[in-house]
Amino acid sequence: MSISRDKIEQVAWLARIQLEDSEKEALEGKLSDILGMVDQLQAADTDGITPMAHPLDATQRLRPDEVTETNKRERFQAVAPETQDGLYLVPRVVE
Amino acid sequence: MHTSTLSELARALEAGETTSEALTRETLERIRAHDGRYNSFITVAEERALEQARAADKARTDGRAGPLTGIPFAHKDIFCTEDLLTTCGSRMLENFAPPYNSTVAQKLDDAGAVCVGKANMDEFAMGSSNETSYFGPVTNPWGDGLVPGGSSGGSAAAVAARLVPAATATDTGGSIRQPAALCGLTGLKPTYGRISRYGIIAFASSLDQAGTLTRDARDAALMLNTMAGFDPKDSTSLDREVPDYSASLENDLSGLRIGLPKEYFSDELSPAMAEQVRSAVREYEKLGATVKEITLPHSHLAVAAYYVIAPAEASANLSRFDGVRYGHRCDNPQDLNDLYLRSRSEGFGEEVKRRILVGTYALSAGFFDAYYLKAQKVRRLIQQDFTNAFNEVDLIMGPTSPSPAFAQGDKTDDPINMYLEDVFTIASNLAGLPAMSIPGGMVNNLPVGLQIIGNYFDEARMLNAAHRFQQVTDWHRQVAPNSA
Repeated sequence: MSISRDKIEQVAWLARIQLEDSEKEALEGKLSDILGMVDQLQAADTDGITPMAHPLDATQRLRPDEVTETNKRERFQAVAPETQDGLYLVPRVVE
Repeated sequence: MHTSTLSELARALEAGETTSEALTRETLERIRAHDGRYNSFITVAEERALEQARAADKARTDGRAGPLTGIPFAHKDIFCTEDLLTTCGSRMLENFAPPYNSTVAQKLDDAGAVCVGKANMDEFAMGSSNETSYFGPVTNPWGDGLVPGGSSGGSAAAVAARLVPAATATDTGGSIRQPAALCGLTGLKPTYGRISRYGIIAFASSLDQAGTLTRDARDAALMLNTMAGFDPKDSTSLDREVPDYSASLENDLSGLRIGLPKEYFSDELSPAMAEQVRSAVREYEKLGATVKEITLPHSHLAVAAYYVIAPAEASANLSRFDGVRYGHRCDNPQDLNDLYLRSRSEGFGEEVKRRILVGTYALSAGFFDAYYLKAQKVRRLIQQDFTNAFNEVDLIMGPTSPSPAFAQGDKTDDPINMYLEDVFTIASNLAGLPAMSIPGGMVNNLPVGLQIIGNYFDEARMLNAAHRFQQVTDWHRQVAPNSA
Protein backbone atom coordinates (compact mmCIF):
# COMPACT_ATOMS: atom_id res chain seq x y z
CA MET A 1 0.00 0.00 0.00
CA SER A 2 1.42 3.38 -0.91
CA ILE A 3 0.59 6.74 0.61
CA SER A 4 0.15 9.89 -1.46
CA ARG A 5 1.76 13.28 -0.90
CA ASP A 6 -1.68 14.76 -0.15
CA LYS A 7 -2.39 12.14 2.49
CA ILE A 8 1.00 12.74 4.12
CA GLU A 9 0.27 16.46 4.29
CA GLN A 10 -3.16 15.82 5.77
CA VAL A 11 -1.83 13.42 8.42
CA ALA A 12 1.07 15.76 9.25
CA TRP A 13 -1.42 18.57 9.83
CA LEU A 14 -3.55 16.34 12.11
CA ALA A 15 -0.39 15.52 14.10
CA ARG A 16 0.76 19.18 14.04
CA ILE A 17 4.07 18.22 12.42
CA GLN A 18 5.55 20.61 9.86
CA LEU A 19 7.42 18.94 7.01
CA GLU A 20 9.88 20.38 4.51
CA ASP A 21 9.34 19.33 0.89
CA SER A 22 12.47 17.18 0.99
CA GLU A 23 11.14 15.40 4.09
CA LYS A 24 7.81 14.73 2.39
CA GLU A 25 9.58 13.08 -0.51
CA ALA A 26 11.60 10.78 1.74
CA LEU A 27 8.50 9.98 3.79
CA GLU A 28 6.46 8.92 0.76
CA GLY A 29 8.77 5.96 0.25
CA LYS A 30 9.37 5.08 3.88
CA LEU A 31 5.77 5.39 5.07
CA SER A 32 4.64 3.33 2.07
CA ASP A 33 7.17 0.64 3.04
CA ILE A 34 5.94 0.62 6.64
CA LEU A 35 2.27 0.53 5.65
CA GLY A 36 3.05 -2.21 3.12
CA MET A 37 4.65 -4.25 5.89
CA VAL A 38 1.71 -3.79 8.28
CA ASP A 39 -0.71 -4.78 5.51
CA GLN A 40 0.27 -8.39 6.28
CA LEU A 41 -2.35 -8.06 9.01
CA GLN A 42 -5.15 -8.01 6.49
CA ALA A 43 -4.46 -11.66 5.60
CA ALA A 44 -5.08 -12.83 9.18
CA ASP A 45 -8.42 -14.47 9.91
CA THR A 46 -9.77 -12.54 12.90
CA ASP A 47 -13.48 -13.38 12.61
CA GLY A 48 -15.02 -13.53 16.07
CA ILE A 49 -11.81 -12.41 17.82
CA THR A 50 -12.21 -9.74 20.52
CA PRO A 51 -9.67 -6.91 20.23
CA MET A 52 -7.15 -6.96 23.08
CA ALA A 53 -6.52 -3.72 24.96
CA HIS A 54 -4.84 -5.00 28.15
CA PRO A 55 -2.84 -8.23 28.22
CA LEU A 56 -4.52 -9.39 31.42
CA ASP A 57 -7.89 -7.87 30.54
CA ALA A 58 -7.73 -5.62 33.57
CA THR A 59 -10.31 -2.88 33.77
CA GLN A 60 -9.93 0.62 35.17
CA ARG A 61 -9.91 0.68 38.95
CA LEU A 62 -12.10 3.11 40.84
CA ARG A 63 -10.92 4.93 43.93
CA PRO A 64 -12.76 6.95 46.55
CA ASP A 65 -13.41 10.49 45.31
CA GLU A 66 -11.08 12.18 47.74
CA VAL A 67 -8.66 15.05 47.28
CA THR A 68 -5.17 13.54 47.47
CA GLU A 69 -3.07 16.05 45.53
CA THR A 70 -2.15 19.45 46.85
CA ASN A 71 -1.76 22.53 44.67
CA LYS A 72 1.74 22.58 43.16
CA ARG A 73 1.22 25.26 40.56
CA GLU A 74 4.51 27.05 41.19
CA ARG A 75 6.42 23.78 41.09
CA PHE A 76 4.80 22.75 37.81
CA GLN A 77 5.09 26.16 36.19
CA ALA A 78 8.79 26.29 36.97
CA VAL A 79 9.34 23.94 33.99
CA ALA A 80 7.01 25.84 31.63
CA PRO A 81 8.60 27.83 28.77
CA GLU A 82 6.53 31.00 29.41
CA THR A 83 4.27 31.92 32.30
CA GLN A 84 2.97 35.13 33.82
CA ASP A 85 1.04 35.69 37.06
CA GLY A 86 0.48 31.95 37.44
CA LEU A 87 -0.83 31.55 33.89
CA TYR A 88 0.64 29.73 30.89
CA LEU A 89 1.31 32.13 28.03
CA VAL A 90 0.29 31.28 24.46
CA PRO A 91 -0.05 33.51 21.38
CA ARG A 92 -3.29 35.50 21.26
CA VAL A 93 -6.18 33.24 20.17
CA VAL A 94 -9.09 35.70 20.51
CA GLU A 95 -8.94 39.11 18.83
CA MET B 1 35.54 -2.56 42.60
CA HIS B 2 34.34 -2.14 39.02
CA THR B 3 34.86 -5.85 38.35
CA SER B 4 32.31 -6.75 41.03
CA THR B 5 28.65 -7.53 40.48
CA LEU B 6 25.94 -5.66 42.34
CA SER B 7 25.57 -8.57 44.78
CA GLU B 8 29.31 -8.61 45.45
CA LEU B 9 29.30 -4.85 46.09
CA ALA B 10 26.35 -5.28 48.45
CA ARG B 11 28.33 -7.89 50.40
CA ALA B 12 31.41 -5.62 50.52
CA LEU B 13 29.31 -2.74 51.85
CA GLU B 14 27.64 -5.02 54.38
CA ALA B 15 31.04 -6.30 55.56
CA GLY B 16 32.33 -2.75 55.94
CA GLU B 17 35.08 -3.31 53.34
CA THR B 18 34.11 -0.12 51.56
CA THR B 19 31.64 2.75 51.81
CA SER B 20 29.05 4.01 49.40
CA GLU B 21 30.86 7.32 49.22
CA ALA B 22 34.08 5.59 48.12
CA LEU B 23 32.21 3.45 45.58
CA THR B 24 30.32 6.44 44.24
CA ARG B 25 33.46 8.59 43.91
CA GLU B 26 35.20 5.79 42.04
CA THR B 27 32.17 5.33 39.77
CA LEU B 28 31.95 9.04 38.98
CA GLU B 29 35.69 9.19 38.24
CA ARG B 30 35.45 6.23 35.88
CA ILE B 31 32.50 7.77 34.05
CA ARG B 32 34.41 11.03 33.70
CA ALA B 33 37.53 9.27 32.46
CA HIS B 34 35.99 6.73 30.07
CA ASP B 35 32.48 7.64 28.95
CA GLY B 36 33.77 9.78 26.10
CA ARG B 37 34.32 6.48 24.31
CA TYR B 38 30.74 5.19 24.73
CA ASN B 39 28.54 8.29 25.21
CA SER B 40 26.41 6.14 27.51
CA PHE B 41 25.40 9.01 29.81
CA ILE B 42 23.36 12.11 28.98
CA THR B 43 23.60 13.53 32.51
CA VAL B 44 26.02 12.68 35.31
CA ALA B 45 24.59 13.64 38.71
CA GLU B 46 27.81 14.13 40.68
CA GLU B 47 26.72 16.17 43.69
CA ARG B 48 23.33 14.55 44.00
CA ALA B 49 24.96 11.09 43.88
CA LEU B 50 27.51 11.96 46.56
CA GLU B 51 24.75 13.29 48.80
CA GLN B 52 22.80 10.07 48.31
CA ALA B 53 25.96 8.05 49.01
CA ARG B 54 26.61 9.85 52.28
CA ALA B 55 22.98 9.35 53.29
CA ALA B 56 23.34 5.65 52.44
CA ASP B 57 26.45 5.33 54.58
CA LYS B 58 24.62 7.00 57.45
CA ALA B 59 21.64 4.66 57.00
CA ARG B 60 24.05 1.73 57.27
CA THR B 61 25.63 3.10 60.46
CA ASP B 62 22.12 3.54 61.85
CA GLY B 63 21.25 -0.07 61.03
CA ARG B 64 18.73 0.85 58.31
CA ALA B 65 20.54 -0.63 55.29
CA GLY B 66 18.90 -2.98 52.76
CA PRO B 67 20.49 -4.94 49.92
CA LEU B 68 20.66 -1.95 47.52
CA THR B 69 21.70 0.67 50.06
CA GLY B 70 24.73 2.55 48.77
CA ILE B 71 24.90 0.78 45.38
CA PRO B 72 25.67 3.14 42.45
CA PHE B 73 23.50 2.59 39.38
CA ALA B 74 22.19 4.47 36.32
CA HIS B 75 18.62 5.29 35.32
CA LYS B 76 17.60 5.19 31.69
CA ASP B 77 16.78 8.83 30.89
CA ILE B 78 13.09 7.96 30.51
CA PHE B 79 12.47 7.69 34.28
CA CYS B 80 11.45 11.01 35.78
CA THR B 81 13.87 11.95 38.56
CA GLU B 82 12.91 14.92 40.70
CA ASP B 83 14.93 18.04 39.83
CA LEU B 84 17.35 15.94 37.74
CA LEU B 85 17.30 16.45 33.96
CA THR B 86 15.16 13.82 32.20
CA THR B 87 15.44 14.20 28.42
CA CYS B 88 14.11 10.92 27.00
CA GLY B 89 16.90 11.32 24.43
CA SER B 90 15.02 14.21 22.79
CA ARG B 91 15.59 17.86 22.03
CA MET B 92 11.95 18.24 23.10
CA LEU B 93 12.94 17.61 26.73
CA GLU B 94 16.49 18.95 26.59
CA ASN B 95 15.83 21.25 29.57
CA PHE B 96 13.20 19.24 31.43
CA ALA B 97 13.89 18.71 35.14
CA PRO B 98 10.77 16.91 36.41
CA PRO B 99 8.97 18.27 39.47
CA TYR B 100 8.36 14.71 40.71
CA ASN B 101 9.87 11.22 40.87
CA SER B 102 8.71 8.20 38.89
CA THR B 103 7.63 5.39 41.21
CA VAL B 104 10.69 3.36 40.15
CA ALA B 105 13.02 6.27 40.98
CA GLN B 106 11.25 6.79 44.31
CA LYS B 107 11.51 3.10 45.23
CA LEU B 108 15.22 2.97 44.41
CA ASP B 109 15.79 6.24 46.33
CA ASP B 110 13.92 4.79 49.30
CA ALA B 111 16.06 1.64 49.10
CA GLY B 112 19.17 3.83 49.37
CA ALA B 113 20.51 3.11 45.89
CA VAL B 114 22.69 5.88 44.43
CA CYS B 115 21.73 7.22 40.99
CA VAL B 116 25.00 8.38 39.40
CA GLY B 117 23.35 9.62 36.22
CA LYS B 118 20.89 9.28 33.37
CA ALA B 119 21.71 6.90 30.55
CA ASN B 120 21.49 7.72 26.85
CA MET B 121 18.70 6.13 24.82
CA ASP B 122 16.93 6.24 21.48
CA GLU B 123 14.68 9.30 21.29
CA PHE B 124 11.44 8.55 23.17
CA ALA B 125 12.62 4.90 23.21
CA MET B 126 12.02 4.59 19.46
CA GLY B 127 14.91 2.69 17.98
CA SER B 128 16.92 -0.52 18.12
CA SER B 129 20.45 0.85 17.85
CA ASN B 130 20.61 3.99 20.03
CA GLU B 131 21.25 6.05 16.91
CA THR B 132 18.09 8.18 17.15
CA SER B 133 19.20 9.96 20.35
CA TYR B 134 19.40 13.74 20.10
CA PHE B 135 22.50 13.42 22.30
CA GLY B 136 24.41 11.28 19.82
CA PRO B 137 24.85 7.57 19.26
CA VAL B 138 26.13 5.16 21.93
CA THR B 139 29.07 2.87 21.18
CA ASN B 140 29.02 -0.76 22.24
CA PRO B 141 32.02 -1.68 24.45
CA TRP B 142 32.34 -4.87 22.37
CA GLY B 143 33.76 -2.91 19.44
CA ASP B 144 34.28 0.61 18.14
CA GLY B 145 31.67 1.44 15.53
CA LEU B 146 29.22 -1.19 16.83
CA VAL B 147 25.75 -0.30 18.10
CA PRO B 148 24.78 -1.35 21.64
CA GLY B 149 21.21 -2.05 20.54
CA GLY B 150 18.28 0.03 21.63
CA SER B 151 16.40 1.69 22.88
CA SER B 152 18.11 1.15 26.26
CA GLY B 153 21.54 1.36 24.60
CA GLY B 154 23.11 3.75 27.12
CA SER B 155 21.99 1.62 30.06
CA ALA B 156 23.44 -1.48 28.39
CA ALA B 157 26.72 0.13 27.32
CA ALA B 158 27.27 1.61 30.80
CA VAL B 159 26.90 -1.81 32.43
CA ALA B 160 28.89 -3.66 29.75
CA ALA B 161 31.67 -1.05 30.02
CA ARG B 162 31.68 -1.71 33.78
CA LEU B 163 30.93 1.92 34.60
CA VAL B 164 27.98 0.84 36.76
CA PRO B 165 26.93 -2.60 38.05
CA ALA B 166 23.28 -2.15 37.04
CA ALA B 167 20.91 0.14 35.21
CA THR B 168 17.18 0.58 34.89
CA ALA B 169 15.64 0.28 31.42
CA THR B 170 12.31 -0.02 29.64
CA ASP B 171 11.05 -2.46 27.03
CA THR B 172 8.17 -1.75 24.64
CA GLY B 173 9.17 -4.14 21.84
CA GLY B 174 12.56 -5.47 22.94
CA SER B 175 14.34 -2.38 24.26
CA ILE B 176 15.80 -4.19 27.29
CA ARG B 177 16.41 -7.64 25.81
CA GLN B 178 17.97 -6.71 22.47
CA PRO B 179 20.60 -4.37 24.04
CA ALA B 180 21.23 -7.06 26.68
CA ALA B 181 21.88 -9.55 23.87
CA LEU B 182 24.14 -7.21 21.89
CA CYS B 183 26.16 -6.16 24.98
CA GLY B 184 26.42 -9.57 26.69
CA LEU B 185 24.18 -8.72 29.65
CA THR B 186 21.25 -10.08 31.60
CA GLY B 187 18.14 -8.08 30.70
CA LEU B 188 14.78 -8.58 32.37
CA LYS B 189 11.40 -7.31 31.17
CA PRO B 190 8.80 -8.37 33.73
CA THR B 191 5.09 -9.02 33.17
CA TYR B 192 3.12 -5.99 31.93
CA GLY B 193 1.87 -4.28 35.10
CA ARG B 194 4.49 -5.81 37.43
CA ILE B 195 6.48 -2.56 37.78
CA SER B 196 4.72 0.79 37.93
CA ARG B 197 4.80 2.94 34.80
CA TYR B 198 4.07 6.11 36.81
CA GLY B 199 6.59 8.79 35.87
CA ILE B 200 8.07 6.82 32.97
CA ILE B 201 7.75 8.99 29.87
CA ALA B 202 5.10 7.13 27.87
CA PHE B 203 5.79 5.59 24.46
CA ALA B 204 3.12 2.90 23.90
CA SER B 205 1.18 2.55 27.11
CA SER B 206 -0.28 -0.91 26.55
CA LEU B 207 3.20 -2.33 25.88
CA ASP B 208 5.68 -0.30 27.99
CA GLN B 209 7.25 -2.08 30.94
CA ALA B 210 10.26 -1.20 33.08
CA GLY B 211 13.03 -3.63 33.95
CA THR B 212 16.74 -4.06 34.50
CA LEU B 213 20.11 -4.52 32.82
CA THR B 214 22.64 -6.31 35.03
CA ARG B 215 25.61 -8.66 34.74
CA ASP B 216 23.72 -11.68 36.04
CA ALA B 217 20.36 -13.02 37.14
CA ARG B 218 21.18 -12.76 40.84
CA ASP B 219 21.54 -8.99 40.45
CA ALA B 220 18.36 -8.77 38.37
CA ALA B 221 16.46 -10.51 41.19
CA LEU B 222 17.79 -7.99 43.72
CA MET B 223 16.71 -5.06 41.55
CA LEU B 224 13.28 -6.55 40.82
CA ASN B 225 12.66 -7.15 44.54
CA THR B 226 12.80 -3.38 44.99
CA MET B 227 11.21 -2.20 41.72
CA ALA B 228 8.17 -4.53 41.51
CA GLY B 229 4.81 -3.98 43.13
CA PHE B 230 1.34 -2.50 42.86
CA ASP B 231 1.07 1.26 42.46
CA PRO B 232 -2.26 3.07 42.71
CA LYS B 233 -0.75 5.88 40.60
CA ASP B 234 -0.52 3.57 37.54
CA SER B 235 -3.99 2.54 36.35
CA THR B 236 -2.60 -0.56 34.63
CA SER B 237 -0.46 -1.70 37.56
CA LEU B 238 -1.50 -5.14 38.82
CA ASP B 239 -2.13 -5.87 42.46
CA ARG B 240 -0.21 -9.10 42.99
CA GLU B 241 2.06 -10.10 45.81
CA VAL B 242 5.79 -9.59 45.12
CA PRO B 243 7.73 -12.76 45.98
CA ASP B 244 11.37 -12.71 47.11
CA TYR B 245 12.96 -13.29 43.70
CA SER B 246 16.32 -14.06 45.32
CA ALA B 247 14.90 -16.90 47.40
CA SER B 248 14.16 -19.29 44.51
CA LEU B 249 17.34 -18.75 42.45
CA GLU B 250 18.91 -22.04 43.50
CA ASN B 251 15.83 -24.24 42.87
CA ASP B 252 16.50 -27.48 41.05
CA LEU B 253 15.58 -27.51 37.35
CA SER B 254 14.75 -31.24 37.14
CA GLY B 255 11.56 -31.70 35.19
CA LEU B 256 11.49 -28.12 33.87
CA ARG B 257 9.69 -28.20 30.52
CA ILE B 258 11.23 -25.94 27.88
CA GLY B 259 9.59 -25.19 24.53
CA LEU B 260 11.50 -24.06 21.44
CA PRO B 261 9.17 -22.31 18.97
CA LYS B 262 9.99 -23.58 15.49
CA GLU B 263 9.09 -20.12 14.11
CA TYR B 264 12.04 -18.61 16.05
CA PHE B 265 14.54 -20.81 14.19
CA SER B 266 13.52 -19.70 10.73
CA ASP B 267 15.56 -18.23 7.88
CA GLU B 268 15.78 -14.88 9.71
CA LEU B 269 18.28 -16.51 12.06
CA SER B 270 21.75 -17.32 10.78
CA PRO B 271 22.90 -20.94 11.25
CA ALA B 272 25.72 -19.77 13.53
CA MET B 273 23.27 -17.92 15.80
CA ALA B 274 20.86 -20.87 15.81
CA GLU B 275 23.66 -23.26 16.77
CA GLN B 276 24.67 -21.07 19.75
CA VAL B 277 21.08 -20.92 20.98
CA ARG B 278 20.59 -24.68 20.59
CA SER B 279 23.84 -25.33 22.36
CA ALA B 280 22.71 -23.13 25.27
CA VAL B 281 19.46 -25.07 25.45
CA ARG B 282 21.47 -28.33 25.65
CA GLU B 283 22.94 -27.02 28.91
CA TYR B 284 19.41 -26.98 30.27
CA GLU B 285 18.98 -30.64 29.32
CA LYS B 286 22.12 -31.40 31.33
CA LEU B 287 20.48 -29.57 34.24
CA GLY B 288 17.49 -31.91 34.08
CA ALA B 289 15.09 -29.97 31.86
CA THR B 290 13.15 -31.54 29.02
CA VAL B 291 13.03 -29.75 25.68
CA LYS B 292 10.38 -29.99 22.97
CA GLU B 293 9.54 -28.13 19.82
CA ILE B 294 6.43 -25.97 20.01
CA THR B 295 4.61 -23.73 17.58
CA LEU B 296 3.55 -20.08 17.86
CA PRO B 297 1.71 -19.96 14.53
CA HIS B 298 0.95 -16.22 14.49
CA SER B 299 4.56 -15.13 15.14
CA HIS B 300 4.97 -13.80 11.61
CA LEU B 301 2.29 -11.16 12.32
CA ALA B 302 3.88 -9.76 15.49
CA VAL B 303 6.02 -7.06 13.87
CA ALA B 304 3.11 -5.85 11.72
CA ALA B 305 0.71 -5.68 14.70
CA TYR B 306 3.34 -3.89 16.76
CA TYR B 307 4.00 -1.25 14.08
CA VAL B 308 0.33 -0.31 14.17
CA ILE B 309 -0.27 -0.44 17.92
CA ALA B 310 2.97 1.17 19.10
CA PRO B 311 2.90 4.18 16.71
CA ALA B 312 -0.85 4.66 17.30
CA GLU B 313 -0.37 4.85 21.05
CA ALA B 314 2.78 6.94 20.63
CA SER B 315 0.96 9.48 18.44
CA ALA B 316 -1.62 9.93 21.21
CA ASN B 317 0.96 10.01 24.03
CA LEU B 318 3.22 12.48 22.25
CA SER B 319 0.37 14.88 21.49
CA ARG B 320 1.00 16.29 24.99
CA PHE B 321 4.13 18.06 23.72
CA ASP B 322 2.60 21.36 22.71
CA GLY B 323 5.25 23.92 23.68
CA VAL B 324 3.00 25.30 26.43
CA ARG B 325 3.39 23.46 29.74
CA TYR B 326 6.89 22.01 29.46
CA GLY B 327 9.35 20.96 26.79
CA HIS B 328 10.69 22.74 23.74
CA ARG B 329 8.96 25.93 22.55
CA CYS B 330 9.79 27.61 19.24
CA ASP B 331 10.88 31.27 19.14
CA ASN B 332 8.30 33.98 18.41
CA PRO B 333 5.22 31.89 17.58
CA GLN B 334 2.85 33.83 15.32
CA ASP B 335 -0.30 32.04 16.46
CA LEU B 336 -1.32 28.90 18.31
CA ASN B 337 -0.93 26.54 15.35
CA ASP B 338 2.45 28.02 14.53
CA LEU B 339 3.45 27.37 18.16
CA TYR B 340 2.36 23.71 17.95
CA LEU B 341 3.78 23.08 14.47
CA ARG B 342 7.21 24.58 14.98
CA SER B 343 7.69 23.47 18.61
CA ARG B 344 6.91 19.87 17.66
CA SER B 345 8.82 19.88 14.36
CA GLU B 346 11.93 21.36 15.99
CA GLY B 347 11.64 19.23 19.13
CA PHE B 348 11.13 15.77 17.59
CA GLY B 349 13.69 13.87 15.51
CA GLU B 350 13.10 12.01 12.26
CA GLU B 351 12.17 8.56 13.59
CA VAL B 352 9.80 10.01 16.19
CA LYS B 353 8.04 12.10 13.54
CA ARG B 354 7.78 9.06 11.30
CA ARG B 355 6.09 7.01 14.02
CA ILE B 356 3.75 9.85 14.96
CA LEU B 357 2.67 10.05 11.32
CA VAL B 358 2.16 6.27 10.99
CA GLY B 359 0.16 6.27 14.23
CA THR B 360 -1.94 9.28 13.27
CA TYR B 361 -2.69 7.66 9.93
CA ALA B 362 -3.68 4.34 11.57
CA LEU B 363 -6.04 6.11 13.95
CA SER B 364 -7.53 8.54 11.41
CA ALA B 365 -11.13 8.40 10.25
CA GLY B 366 -11.77 5.50 7.88
CA PHE B 367 -8.60 3.61 8.83
CA PHE B 368 -9.13 2.84 12.53
CA ASP B 369 -10.90 -0.51 11.97
CA ALA B 370 -8.55 -1.69 9.26
CA TYR B 371 -5.41 -0.92 11.25
CA TYR B 372 -5.76 -0.43 15.01
CA LEU B 373 -8.70 -2.73 15.64
CA LYS B 374 -7.30 -5.38 13.30
CA ALA B 375 -3.91 -5.20 15.05
CA GLN B 376 -5.58 -5.61 18.44
CA LYS B 377 -7.37 -8.71 17.20
CA VAL B 378 -4.11 -10.15 15.88
CA ARG B 379 -2.62 -9.29 19.25
CA ARG B 380 -5.12 -11.61 20.90
CA LEU B 381 -4.26 -14.40 18.43
CA ILE B 382 -0.60 -13.99 19.38
CA GLN B 383 -1.52 -14.15 23.07
CA GLN B 384 -3.56 -17.31 22.47
CA ASP B 385 -0.54 -18.94 20.82
CA PHE B 386 1.37 -18.40 24.06
CA THR B 387 -1.51 -19.58 26.24
CA ASN B 388 -1.63 -22.82 24.25
CA ALA B 389 2.14 -23.21 24.49
CA PHE B 390 2.17 -22.70 28.26
CA ASN B 391 -0.26 -25.60 28.64
CA GLU B 392 2.61 -27.82 27.52
CA VAL B 393 5.79 -26.09 28.72
CA ASP B 394 7.01 -23.96 31.64
CA LEU B 395 9.39 -21.68 29.75
CA ILE B 396 9.91 -20.79 26.11
CA MET B 397 13.44 -20.28 24.81
CA GLY B 398 14.94 -18.99 21.61
CA PRO B 399 17.17 -16.28 20.19
CA THR B 400 16.78 -12.68 21.41
CA SER B 401 17.93 -10.97 18.20
CA PRO B 402 18.53 -12.19 14.65
CA SER B 403 22.21 -11.21 14.72
CA PRO B 404 24.92 -9.99 17.12
CA ALA B 405 25.84 -6.29 17.36
CA PHE B 406 25.92 -4.59 13.95
CA ALA B 407 27.80 -1.53 12.69
CA GLN B 408 26.58 2.01 13.29
CA GLY B 409 24.88 3.37 10.17
CA ASP B 410 24.07 -0.11 8.81
CA LYS B 411 20.30 0.12 9.21
CA THR B 412 19.55 3.81 9.72
CA ASP B 413 18.29 4.33 6.16
CA ASP B 414 16.05 1.31 6.21
CA PRO B 415 13.37 1.48 8.93
CA ILE B 416 11.88 -1.94 8.12
CA ASN B 417 15.25 -3.64 8.43
CA MET B 418 15.78 -1.88 11.78
CA TYR B 419 12.29 -2.92 12.95
CA LEU B 420 13.16 -6.57 12.24
CA GLU B 421 15.80 -6.39 14.99
CA ASP B 422 12.86 -6.97 17.34
CA VAL B 423 11.28 -9.83 15.36
CA PHE B 424 11.77 -12.30 18.27
CA THR B 425 11.09 -9.91 21.16
CA ILE B 426 7.92 -8.05 20.13
CA ALA B 427 5.48 -10.94 20.64
CA SER B 428 6.00 -11.07 24.42
CA ASN B 429 5.23 -7.34 24.69
CA LEU B 430 2.05 -7.82 22.68
CA ALA B 431 1.05 -10.68 24.98
CA GLY B 432 2.28 -8.83 28.11
CA LEU B 433 4.47 -11.78 29.11
CA PRO B 434 7.70 -11.53 31.10
CA ALA B 435 10.87 -12.20 29.10
CA MET B 436 14.63 -12.08 29.61
CA SER B 437 17.80 -12.19 27.60
CA ILE B 438 20.92 -13.81 29.04
CA PRO B 439 24.32 -14.32 27.42
CA GLY B 440 24.15 -17.72 25.72
CA GLY B 441 27.15 -17.90 23.39
CA MET B 442 29.36 -16.00 20.97
CA VAL B 443 29.41 -15.50 17.21
CA ASN B 444 32.39 -13.66 15.64
CA ASN B 445 33.60 -12.82 19.16
CA LEU B 446 30.33 -10.99 19.87
CA PRO B 447 27.74 -11.97 22.47
CA VAL B 448 24.61 -13.91 21.53
CA GLY B 449 21.47 -13.57 23.63
CA LEU B 450 19.36 -16.51 24.78
CA GLN B 451 15.79 -15.35 25.24
CA ILE B 452 13.64 -16.86 28.01
CA ILE B 453 9.90 -16.15 27.93
CA GLY B 454 7.80 -17.06 30.95
CA ASN B 455 4.12 -17.26 31.79
CA TYR B 456 2.42 -14.28 33.48
CA PHE B 457 4.05 -13.37 36.81
CA ASP B 458 6.53 -16.23 36.46
CA GLU B 459 9.61 -13.98 36.84
CA ALA B 460 10.87 -16.11 39.75
CA ARG B 461 11.03 -19.24 37.59
CA MET B 462 12.78 -17.34 34.76
CA LEU B 463 15.36 -15.88 37.14
CA ASN B 464 15.86 -19.33 38.67
CA ALA B 465 16.48 -20.84 35.22
CA ALA B 466 18.80 -17.98 34.24
CA HIS B 467 20.78 -18.25 37.48
CA ARG B 468 21.25 -22.01 37.25
CA PHE B 469 22.49 -21.61 33.67
CA GLN B 470 24.94 -18.94 34.82
CA GLN B 471 26.32 -21.32 37.45
CA VAL B 472 27.38 -23.81 34.77
CA THR B 473 28.39 -21.38 31.99
CA ASP B 474 30.63 -18.33 31.87
CA TRP B 475 29.17 -16.42 28.91
CA HIS B 476 27.91 -13.75 31.32
CA ARG B 477 31.44 -13.32 32.71
CA GLN B 478 32.99 -12.44 29.34
CA VAL B 479 34.33 -8.91 29.49
CA ALA B 480 33.86 -6.56 26.55
CA PRO B 481 37.29 -5.84 24.99
CA ASN B 482 36.75 -2.06 25.11
CA SER B 483 35.31 -1.97 28.62
CA ALA B 484 36.74 0.61 30.99
